[in-house]
Parts: sequence; C-alpha cells; structure tokens
Amino acid sequence: MTRASIIWLVLGWTGFAVLPWYMVADLSGYPTAAAAPGLVLALSGRAWWLLPLLLPLAVAAWPLAGRHGREEGGWWLVAAGALGLALLAIQGFAVGLEGWNAAWLRELLGAPGPQQRGMGFGAALLALASLMTLCHGLAARGWCRGDAFVVSAIGLIVALITVFVFLPVLTILVSAFQDNAGRFAPGEFFAKFIDRSVWGLDCLTSDLRCGVAWNTLFLAVVVGVGTTVLGLAFALIATRTAFRFKGLLRVLSVLPIITPPFVIGLALILMFGRSGSVTALLADWFGVPRSRWIYGFWGIFISQLLAFTPIAFLVLIGVVQGISPSLEEAAQTLRARAWTTFRTVSLPLMRPGLANAFLLGFVESMADFGNPLILGGNYEVLATKIFFAVVGAAHDQSRAAVLSIVLLAFTLGAFWVQHAWLGKRVYTTVTGKGDAGLPPPLPRGVAVACYATAVPWAIFTFIVYAIVLVGGFVRSMGRDYTPTLEHFLTGFRIETTERGLFFSGSAWDSFFATLKVAATAAPLTAAIGLLTAYLLTRQRFAGQRAFEFGTLLSFAIPGTVVGVSYILAFNVPPIEITGTGFILVMCFVFRNMPVGVRSGIATMSQIDKSLDEASLTLGARSFTTVRRVVLPLLRPAIVASLVYSFVRAMTAVSAVIFLVSAEYNMATTYIVGRVEAGEFGLAIAYSSVLIGVMLVAILMIQVVVGERRLGRRTAGALAVQGAAA
Amino acid sequence: MMKSGPASVEFRSVTKRYGAVTSVDDVSFTIAPGTLVTLLGPSGCGKTTTLRLIAGLEIASEGRILIGGKDVTFLSAADRDVSMVFQSYALFPHMSVLENVAYGPTVQGMPKAKAHALAMEKLALVGLAGLERRAPSELSGGQQQRVAVARALVLEPQVLLFDEPLSNLDAKLRRRVREDIRELQLKLNLTVAYVTHDQEEALAVSDRIIVMSNARIAQSGTPHELYEEPASLFVADFIGDANLVDALVVEEREERALVRVGGLDLDLPRRGATRGPVKLAVRPEAILLAGAKPARPAIAARIAKAAYLGKHLEYTVESPLGELFVIDRVKNEPLVAGADVWLGFADRDVTIVPL
Repeated sequence: MTRASIIWLVLGWTGFAVLPWYMVADLSGYPTAAAAPGLVLALSGRAWWLLPLLLPLAVAAWPLAGRHGREEGGWWLVAAGALGLALLAIQGFAVGLEGWNAAWLRELLGAPGPQQRGMGFGAALLALASLMTLCHGLAARGWCRGDAFVVSAIGLIVALITVFVFLPVLTILVSAFQDNAGRFAPGEFFAKFIDRSVWGLDCLTSDLRCGVAWNTLFLAVVVGVGTTVLGLAFALIATRTAFRFKGLLRVLSVLPIITPPFVIGLALILMFGRSGSVTALLADWFGVPRSRWIYGFWGIFISQLLAFTPIAFLVLIGVVQGISPSLEEAAQTLRARAWTTFRTVSLPLMRPGLANAFLLGFVESMADFGNPLILGGNYEVLATKIFFAVVGAAHDQSRAAVLSIVLLAFTLGAFWVQHAWLGKRVYTTVTGKGDAGLPPPLPRGVAVACYATAVPWAIFTFIVYAIVLVGGFVRSMGRDYTPTLEHFLTGFRIETTERGLFFSGSAWDSFFATLKVAATAAPLTAAIGLLTAYLLTRQRFAGQRAFEFGTLLSFAIPGTVVGVSYILAFNVPPIEITGTGFILVMCFVFRNMPVGVRSGIATMSQIDKSLDEASLTLGARSFTTVRRVVLPLLRPAIVASLVYSFVRAMTAVSAVIFLVSAEYNMATTYIVGRVEAGEFGLAIAYSSVLIGVMLVAILMIQVVVGERRLGRRTAGALAVQGAAA
Repeated sequence: MMKSGPASVEFRSVTKRYGAVTSVDDVSFTIAPGTLVTLLGPSGCGKTTTLRLIAGLEIASEGRILIGGKDVTFLSAADRDVSMVFQSYALFPHMSVLENVAYGPTVQGMPKAKAHALAMEKLALVGLAGLERRAPSELSGGQQQRVAVARALVLEPQVLLFDEPLSNLDAKLRRRVREDIRELQLKLNLTVAYVTHDQEEALAVSDRIIVMSNARIAQSGTPHELYEEPASLFVADFIGDANLVDALVVEEREERALVRVGGLDLDLPRRGATRGPVKLAVRPEAILLAGAKPARPAIAARIAKAAYLGKHLEYTVESPLGELFVIDRVKNEPLVAGADVWLGFADRDVTIVPL
C-alpha cells in the first residue's frame, strides 16, 4: 500500500467516526444528538443503515495486515472503494427526509420507514476517501500507466460531473414523468407536452398567440441569422479592409462579454420604452404617439442581436483570418475576378465558421433569460415560461420539467446538427507551413454591403452603452436629465458610525455575495477545466470520448434548465444544498468549465507532448510534472479561463435566479428585481458599477498570473515554437 | 544518490494494442547490461512504441517487462530507473540549461546546490560548460541535443533510451554526434536502447541490432550477422539495399550449395536451402560491371540510369534478372545510360535468403 492510500484510509475513518455525518448548522450536542458522527449513529441504532459502511473501511485496511504485492493489494483497494461508494449511494437514495424514497420499499418494509437529512462533512469525506481508494487501487492495477494522480483526477472529475451535471439532468427527466406529488404519471407528461400553449399554431390562422416552443424557435432562428450576417460584416471589415477604426471594433467585441445580458434590454427600455428618451423625442418633435412596441418580439430581437453579434464576430474573425491567402491568390492567378474568388473560394471556406456562428447565436438566444424577462411582454419564450412555472402562482414543477426537456432537446439538437454536419468535413487552411500570401481586398459590392450593415449597427451599440454610462447619473432617463448621484447613494451608501464603516446602501449585500461567489468559483472553474483539458490531451484512457462528452455537456444546457434541475435535485437528501453559497459556486463551476476545457486544450496542443514525457522519465510524478512543466507554459489559458469564469459568475442570471436565497442574493437578480419594480436608475447605476468591477478584476488577473512569466519569457516563447516545429 | 550501474532489459511476449491496432505484437528480447542495442525498422514498425514501453510511457497490454531482473510491467515512468533522450529533445523552454539538467535530481528532492553541482558535472561531460545560464532556444541544434543527453544522464539511470536522436541534426553533425554517443556509452558503461530508421546509423553504433517489421521482430543480431546473413527478404532489403534475385539451387554440397542464377553458377553457403528455387540477396557492390564482354561467363544487360556521386557511381541496370541497383566504388570508366554491359558477381556479399 502506498502512503497516499493509507492517508485516504485514515481520512475515510475520520469521515465516518469523527466528523458530523449529517448537514448541521451547529455542533451542539456533539458527538451525540444531531451532530453525531456516522459511527455513533450506526452503533446506537439511530441510523442502522450506516452499519454496512464498516465493511469497505475494513476491506481497505486489509492490505495493511498481510504482505501483498502491489497488484493484489490493488484489488482490495478497488473492492473497498467501489463497495464504499455503492453503499453510500444506496443508503442515500433509499432513505429520505420522509422515510423510504421508493414506493416498493415502502410496501416491502412498511411506511414511512426511517428518515435522514442531507449528507454533511463526514459523509462527504467518506465518499471522497472511497473514490480515492478506488482510484489508487485501479492505478496499482496498471490503469493509466500506473499513475495514481491521473486516475484520481479522472475519478474526481467523473464523480463531480455525475453529481453536478448528470444527476440534475436525470432528475429533471424523471420529474417530467411525475405529477407534483411524486407519482409516476406518463399521461400527465404527454398532456403537458402536447399542450396547445407549447405547440399551438394559432398565430398563423388567427389573432391568437402561437405556442411557446414555436416562439422560441422562431426567435432563435432569426437571431442566429441576424448575428451571423452582422458578425460576418464586422469580421470582413476588420480583416479585409483598410477601415480606420478597427480598434473600436475590438472594443465593441469585448464590451458585451462584461455586460450582464439584460443590461442591453434595460438600455432599450430607457430609449424606446413609453417614457424613453427616443420615444419622448419622437413624440415631442414629430408627434409619434408613445407606445409599448419595444415590449415583445422586437424588443427581445434587438437586444439579443446587440448582445450576441460580438460572439459571431469573434468566431468569424478567426475563420476569416484562418483562410490561407495563398488559396485566394491561387484563384486569382487562375483568372478569377475578385467577386468570383470571393464567391467560389473565400465564402465556401467560411462555411464551417458561418454554421458555428449561427448555432452559437441560436443557442444563446434559446438560453437567454434576462432580456425576455424584462422585454418580453406578451411574447413568451421557453426560458421565461419555465421560470414562471416554478416561481409563479401555479408552482407547477413537473410543467417546468416538461418545458425544460423541450428546451434541452432544442439546444442539444442544435449541437448534434453542428457536430453531424461539420464533424466530417475538413476545412483546415492553417498549416504549419509559412504563408507569404496577402489577402486580397474585398470586392467593392461586398465592402459597401458590409459598411452599410455594420457601421449603423456599431453606432447604435455605442449609443446603447452611452445610455448605460449616463443613465446612472441622471434623475430619470427620458424625463428629467438633472445630474444626480442619488442612485449610487441608494445602492452604495457608506456611513461612518462610531463602530466604524457601515455599508448601509441597499446593494451592498448582493454585491459582496456576488464577489464572494465569483471569486470562489473562478479559480475552481479554471482548475477543474484545465485539469480536464490536461487529461483529454495528455492522457489516454478507456472511455475518453464519453468523458469529453460529459465535460462539455453542461455547455449545451440552457441556464434556466440548469437552475430548475438544481433545485429539483439538490432540495432533498442525500445532497441538500439549496439556499447555500455552495450550490451557486457549483452551478457556476460546471456551467463555465467547458470554456476552461476548450482554452486549455487549445493551448496544450501547442505544447510538445514530449516535454511532459521527459519530465516523467526524469522521475517527476504527474503532479510534479503538471506543476513544474505544464502550468508555467499554460499561463494564457489560465488567464482566459479565470477571466471568463469570473465574469460569467458576475453576469449570469438565468440559472442563479432559481438558486439565490436571502443570504446569497446575487447582483444580477437584485438588478432584475429593481427593473421589475421600475427603479431603472438604481438598476442602471448598479450595472455600470458591475462593469467597472469586472474591468478591474480582469486587469488584476492579468497582472497576478501574467507577472511571473516575465523572467525568460521571450526566449521561452521561441522555444515552444521550436519544440512544436 | 545510489549508483545502480547498468541493468538488463527483458521483454517477455510483450504486446501493445491501441483499440484494434496492434503496434507491438508478442515481442521478446533481452538487452544485456552495458550494451548498446538498436531498434531498427521503417516508420510504423513499432520500434518507438517498444522504446516507450521500456520507459514506462506506455503500459503493455500483455506480457512482462523486466529491468535489472525486476518486474516493472505496471510501474509508471516516474518510478522506473530509466531516462530518455527525445527526438525533439523536449527541453523545458521556461527553464535555463542548468535548470533543465538539474530538473531530475531536484524533483527527486535533492537540495538545489547539490543538484546544480551534479548538473554542472554532466554539462562538463558533454562539453557544454559555460553555457549553463542560457535558455535552450539560445543554443544550436547540436548543443540542444547535448543538453538533452546531459539531462538524461544526470540521474545515472540503469537504462538510457534514445529516440531517433540524430534526426534533427544536419548530415555532417550526425556522424560526430553518433560517435560521441557511442563513446559516452562505452566510457560510462551504460545500457542503451536506441531507436533509428537509418540502417547506416544502426550498423555504426550498435553492439546488437533488433530489426522490427509490422510490430514484430524480423531479426536480431550483431551488425555483422544482419548484413552478412539476413534471415529474411525484408531484412536483406532493409539493411544495405540488397537486390533480391530469383535463383535455383541445383546441388546441395553439405554446408554449401551450387546456385544457378541467370546462367551463371555460384558456390555459396547453403544456409538451410534445399534443391529448388530460392532468393538471393545481392548487395549493390557485389555486382561487377564490364563495358566489354569478359572472358569468364557473364550476363548481358543494359544501363538504364547512371549517376555520378563523386565517391562512387550508381547505376540502374536492366537485365534478364530484373532491374538491378549497382554501386561501383572502384570507379571504372563511367558508363552512360543506354550502354550495353556484362554482369558478373563478386565472391562475397551474395547470400541465399531463407524463405
């Protein structure tokens, strides 16, 4: 037995015999009463179903007694770990808050049966120790080249994804087939699924509204097409013309990333709402009557177009830059005119990028929650409908689950189409060879079309952001432009009392909670994402494709669905964490992890794999290799994933709106609340504070992570290229 | 650190599969302590996988691997007393030359000063004293290669592995570096496994050569044995570019045989061949060309291509035996394409290949 597996055995015993087994608020009465450790509960008979857990703990200790070979000892560890996890899961899911969880158990052993609360630190530590024992055993059996670190990392990530991605999704599937009392009711599922409010087509034939599924689908397609066209226009201007304000385009592409998604909707209300500034102008000067046209399809459409065009731009600029100029030059030497070259060579080569941009816009529009919530009016989409099914007067959880499944099917379908359509085609135009060609200028007609779409749009975007900036400092947009700090004082007042500073502003609580959650989630997300990327690029193991799918799956699940599935899955034992900061952190980690994985994979595939192997053959274990060789070369990816996960944790609305509690209210949900209450001034002031905080945080991350690379970095960068060549 | 001395490496029926692909198939061999053994073969034959199996960078699907008599089949690379010089050198770009070489002892927990002293010693051994503060990218290819060797030597491993160490060097440097490697191996009495696809390189440095083909061992032996007595058509062709010619054993004479080829009778070592058709491996130098019909029996042929290479002449000859590749090192009067010639065979470098 290695030292590490002995340590895990000791920790397993600690979890079972020392730490409080259940989730408790305080330690009163320890080691008996509610805070008792599992061993005490099991032996005293209060939780007799914990008794079998002694068996795996004994089995894990068995190799200590005899003199076993590494491989034989491995078998014992595998058996102990697997048994421990299985027993924990069985007892956790069998015994619930109100007795036996399954109907057949109630019938067999009598209702209501024993009761227990959610697992606490003791149970969590024992679960972790069992998992690690299993992994060490598998490593001793020669899995992953006998590398305990790698096997443990795989085991840990698989376990986390199972608990925080698959378990919630599974729960939502199950609860869609149940009625609200928890009974199996397939009839009710089909009734809700084929309901007219979901799939109705009345808007084609009469004045009635169409089903919410069609609304969502139509909006997503229109937004996908719109963002792709605009993104392409911006990308072509940025790469293929001598446009003078390219720097501004770059800024334009970054701004929405650090903008909470509903802020654009908010700005639109301030401009075009009944008392908006533009509406007021039109009414005063031209006598255009004030109306509520912005609340509905057009409002959502414009705000989503503004919010998601930069994503399409970022995708397409990479694609346009990636087209080897030599290909276009080749076409020209074959006597193709500029327009013919563009139509027959450039555009077809951009096809995967265009498809990607469309699908991203499509999926983002489906998943968007903030803009439809504040701008939707009577135009209902799935994301908001799910929300109101859970929090509304009806409180129909199974209806929310059914709608979630529809939404999930749409987004997963989109990703599947993307994979099936693009997966088999190879459009590689960037090769390792140098390319001396110069990209040809755009054909005149195309250039004019690009300018005509992109420039007005860019100006519009700037006006929107100007309003966000100005809106917080005037009394009321559209009505009273007197400069004031009133909104900032309401939210962020600090008073000096005799006991020191007192943060009396109404926004401070949610502000600090958001910072705390985002600052906790960001490093965790980066760590798990990069570890996953390391496993995917640097290791080979059975089931790697399934592993990759699992880690990227959460990317395709809309936030609203995540929110619903988390409250369904984690509101009851064995894992009972709703209302805590922990559930928010976990939600962010697994929603944002795929980006860390992607950027990690991209950076790591540029680093020669033999660097790791050299370190291994020099006697450094995988962990040391990761720490001393991989991480120092991975700084750009670390920065990217830290920034992304921090920013996303600050700006997300859709998932967290289900998960916030009085103690952990997030900035975004607080702002949405202000908007719904009509306090636009405070909302917009708070939004600009958030944007400012994110800018500062991004700079700080750059400085902290980036500073260490100064030393020999210039030479190092050269050598990375050299080694890869 | 304990000096462990050179160790043997033993493969017992080792197989390595990736899904449906078998890249090493039931391979067994032993490398004696203190010898340099080359794994030679065309790309994709499994030689690099074999090397990585020794290093522990791959784990065998079946079979056993022993180093120094100890079973290491499931031991990870970090736990094996084996070092490797990579084809790309794999120098850590974010560390100096000294930090690169001292990396092994440092991660083993040796104090920094001691590790650096050890590293300086090895750098001096490979002739790089004075360059230890440089970044790897500031060195030439040959120097980088020597840093990689110093880094592999610093732990004084039981076995040292080289993965095509010369492939990134220019032709002139290759000869010198391979001589340096051989000299170092003999001086430090190291067990070395060396992968290459260059048969000349293999012949020059090895105590023994293991020729691999299609994931299996085609033949193993000393350079002399492989060149003089190839066990198969593949080995004969791969080592020394032999011409493979159809022939007929007409008479078995105990250890020798009378072989008829293109109307000529040759007396050759029999190598287990029996009466009937056989293949002959004829080295390019073993075919003698004459511009005029010689007195002894000869085969009429025609020069198809001729190339003048300074040190020697190369010809492609069309003959009744098929197209033949001929090297003339004696430099007779250069023959031109299209000329009629007469072929004869030298006394050596013509071998019967067992089928």
